[in-house]
Amino acid sequence: MSYLEYNTKFVPTGLRKLWYLNWPIIMLLIAVSGFGFLMLYSVAGGSPTPWMEPQMKRFGMGLVLMIFVAMVPIWFWRNMAFVAFGGSILLLLAVQFFGEVNMGAQRWINLGFMRLQPSELTKVTLVLFLAAYYDWLPNKKVSHPFWVTLPILFILAPVAMVLNQPDLGTALLLLMGGATVMFLAGVHWAYFATVIGGGVAAIAAVFQSRGTPWQLLKDYQYRRIDTFLDPSNDPLGAGYHITQAKIALGSGGWTGRGFMQGTQSRLNFLPEKHTDFIFTTLAEEFGFVGAFTLLVLYLLIVAFCVVTALTNRDRFASLLTLGIAMTFFLFFAVNMAMVTGLAPVVGVPLPLVSYGGSAMLVLLVAFGLVQSAHVHKPR
Amino acid sequence: MKRTPKDNIESARIVGRRALVVGGVQLGIIGALGLRLRAMQVEQADEFRLLAEENRINIRLLPPARGMIFDRNGIPIADNEQNYRVVMVREDAGDIGEVLAKLTELVDIDPDNLTRAMEEMQRRSPFVPVTIADRLSWEDVARINLNTPTLPGISAEVGLSRVYPWGADLAHVVGYVGPVSDYDLSRIDDDDPLLQIPKFQIGKTGSENKLEHALRGSAGTRRIEVNAAGRIMRELDRKEGEPGKDVQLTLDSRLQSYVQARLDGESAGAVVIDLENGDLRAIASAPAFDPNLFVRGISNTDWKALNADKYRPLAAKAVQGTYPPGSTFKMVTAMAAMEAGVVAADETVYCPGYTDVFNIRFHCWKRGGHGNINLHESLKQSCDCYYYEIAQRVGIDKMAEMARKLGLGIKHDLPLSAVARGLAPDKAWKREVRDEDWRIGDTVNASIGQGYVLASPLQLAVMSARIATGREVTPRLVRLIDGVEQPSGLGESLGINENTLRRIRASMNDVSNHRRGTAYGSRITADEYKMAGKTGTSQVRRITPEERAAGVTKNEDLPWERRDHALFVSFAPYDKPRYALSVVVEHGGGGSRAAAPIARDIMLQALYGGPPPLEAYPSGVRDKIAEQQRRIEARIPPGSKGLGRA
Repeated sequence: MSYLEYNTKFVPTGLRKLWYLNWPIIMLLIAVSGFGFLMLYSVAGGSPTPWMEPQMKRFGMGLVLMIFVAMVPIWFWRNMAFVAFGGSILLLLAVQFFGEVNMGAQRWINLGFMRLQPSELTKVTLVLFLAAYYDWLPNKKVSHPFWVTLPILFILAPVAMVLNQPDLGTALLLLMGGATVMFLAGVHWAYFATVIGGGVAAIAAVFQSRGTPWQLLKDYQYRRIDTFLDPSNDPLGAGYHITQAKIALGSGGWTGRGFMQGTQSRLNFLPEKHTDFIFTTLAEEFGFVGAFTLLVLYLLIVAFCVVTALTNRDRFASLLTLGIAMTFFLFFAVNMAMVTGLAPVVGVPLPLVSYGGSAMLVLLVAFGLVQSAHVHKPR
Repeated sequence: MKRTPKDNIESARIVGRRALVVGGVQLGIIGALGLRLRAMQVEQADEFRLLAEENRINIRLLPPARGMIFDRNGIPIADNEQNYRVVMVREDAGDIGEVLAKLTELVDIDPDNLTRAMEEMQRRSPFVPVTIADRLSWEDVARINLNTPTLPGISAEVGLSRVYPWGADLAHVVGYVGPVSDYDLSRIDDDDPLLQIPKFQIGKTGSENKLEHALRGSAGTRRIEVNAAGRIMRELDRKEGEPGKDVQLTLDSRLQSYVQARLDGESAGAVVIDLENGDLRAIASAPAFDPNLFVRGISNTDWKALNADKYRPLAAKAVQGTYPPGSTFKMVTAMAAMEAGVVAADETVYCPGYTDVFNIRFHCWKRGGHGNINLHESLKQSCDCYYYEIAQRVGIDKMAEMARKLGLGIKHDLPLSAVARGLAPDKAWKREVRDEDWRIGDTVNASIGQGYVLASPLQLAVMSARIATGREVTPRLVRLIDGVEQPSGLGESLGINENTLRRIRASMNDVSNHRRGTAYGSRITADEYKMAGKTGTSQVRRITPEERAAGVTKNEDLPWERRDHALFVSFAPYDKPRYALSVVVEHGGGGSRAAAPIARDIMLQALYGGPPPLEAYPSGVRDKIAEQQRRIEARIPPGSKGLGRA
């Protein structure tokens, strides 16, 4: 399907496209990242180094990249979907063989000028590819077993490789992101019911396999689950992180202990306070008001994406936008559930706030796609 | 694939419917997250805040300065000394080996301590200061401070440690402090947090132990903020504790020191009581030990040597040791008999040198006997047969009652370790403890302070104090606690007939002042300070009939541990008693020869408040005494001379 099939009466061209960007989303992204800068400044003990400054530079870069992606017509991206997905699968394969091992996981690939985390990239390209797939697939065939099996394989391929790294968090995000796109595309309910049933069985199998030769997860992952289920039985060992995170969060109270006054983070009781657990610092220093504000900002980003998706008559564009919104939602929801003790610690960063290059760039590129869909929507 | 507009509308409808479902789920999850945040940050906030505070705030105890112990003249006998130690912080030191090498060039450090410190440093976090050396001299500290720039991570700290300036002279009374041990914690019921401080010093024996409550003081606190690794970030606040209370004892350290010196070479105990208020002026036990050794941590060799010594330096013989009082008990028998009215003062008893009681022969110390003898003479010459006779008349129960009245067989409440109760036996006691009937022979033995009777030097001194005053003198060791005067020990009248007391005192006067008294050789010749007393020689072995027939073996020919104990009790001046004392020399031989001279010297020292003039001594012994005084004066620590005044 080429752009001619869009039946668009009007498409903005050149710099006029800037006018048509979804500015509320951009503002919200800046606001959320602003929270991130503030927290990175705080956890460094009131210093722009080593975290806030690089993060701001990357955010600037990412913003430019996002606008660049937004300028390119959405149909170009749709045509690139297969290439992008294939590329990220190749990169994931490359990680298996040439990746750098860091903290027990093989996740990074050194491109010379930057260290790339292909699993991050895959989160977007998978959604992109599935959106293109369902755009291409006639409605009638959507629930046909063959045409359902195909995307399942597309999803499971990267999931398996990411699990092998091992990176449980990203694997879950990929799985749920991909499944959401399938669900949105209209795949029959029964498939999901089956999969959820199977999932429950799989979880049972994971627990059953523990300690046997065919153990499905790594020991540290089992320990994380144990710790999640009962953090108090090992308060100084594996449960330490969760316990300390909850203490930090809870001790914030209504309005928090004040900027840079959080004792839990300042005195190093908090683990990974600049990455996965940054939300606890925020909650400690700005209290319920601050934490809830961030939650609302995230909610608004998702809501604006959903609104633009639903007002977009193009199937690819709306599936893509919704898929990206879901991926973004999964990011922060899993992270927050993790640090508030509602979910096991699986190593998912807080999007746009946690320190980290790949995740931020990939997310901003993804929002570039959302913007592109918005700018080039059929009018 | 071509898509019709109808298809497009249809698919948009599906996507829209499904998007609403997904959005609904998302809203639900966000709602759940919001509620979770609310629950934690609003409802449970206080709980978590408390946990956060517990995380970061550590309370450190500030040990209070231990109260000092003074003697009656305000001379410190347990003091706190500034103690310099050098500590090292690993992370500041850089190359530990190099810094330590430099340090050892400057000050002498025990290599063992050095290896121990190195090990401790490796074990602990790099920011924890570790003590390298303790008890440095001020010169060492000055040298270290001068070289600070070349000694990174090294600093000198000052603390307080206990020191006993009088060393061994007051060891048994003051005792010593030592680090609190698990054994201490299991034994004492005390929830004072100070005891949880590692190596916190508590009183282990003597007054240091018994007056621990007053001396210790209470802990101050320092609230500090620590980070997750335990490093101290800052001090939040500080509350000073209450220093321990100062205690003043009734002891006269100068006199005490003299007594210790005078007892030197013997295994002995001596007690001096002030008759005005029951104040204990001296409680000496010889030999003694240096309590400072214990404060620093006694070496194995020293500890073994102290335990192996047959003179038992660790035993506080003056209060803890019990001995058959021998003839010093005769006052008890006599007074019991007189109070009971079973013997008249001028009544005589015939002493042939022995008394037969139901086929058992009891001997008098004088082989040929004393002939007809009355109370006065019997006490003066210490005739045994007289007491065999009157004891049978009065009975053991009345004797025991009199003994207790005079302070024997009862426990005197003093803040000292292991104050002995002694034993004033009676019929009930033997029935209860030995499950045997009391025999008349037991009474006969008890009449001269042998058999079951046991008394400590302290009790004998109390006895002589009570005879001298006729009052229930109670020994007092603590004069002031934190400036508050403790109750006087001068008790009420004992209710003993004044006539009885006068006769006994007069007889005791003749013991040392009459030509035929057993302690005539140890009399005081100064008119205003005449001393009354009573000798005692108590057997620790059984003399068989064969030995008696062949002639009793002389003490000098016996091994030390089988010789008789030598005892002497006395008070002076006779006409206006000021001090009472007792001396017990373990296995010293005869009381008149071994104990009485010591008692006389101590008494004179107390009465004159320092070295007495030679005129107070009989002319025959003055040269010897002068020599002895020179020797002892050289031994007494300087700085105290002339301060001890009566």
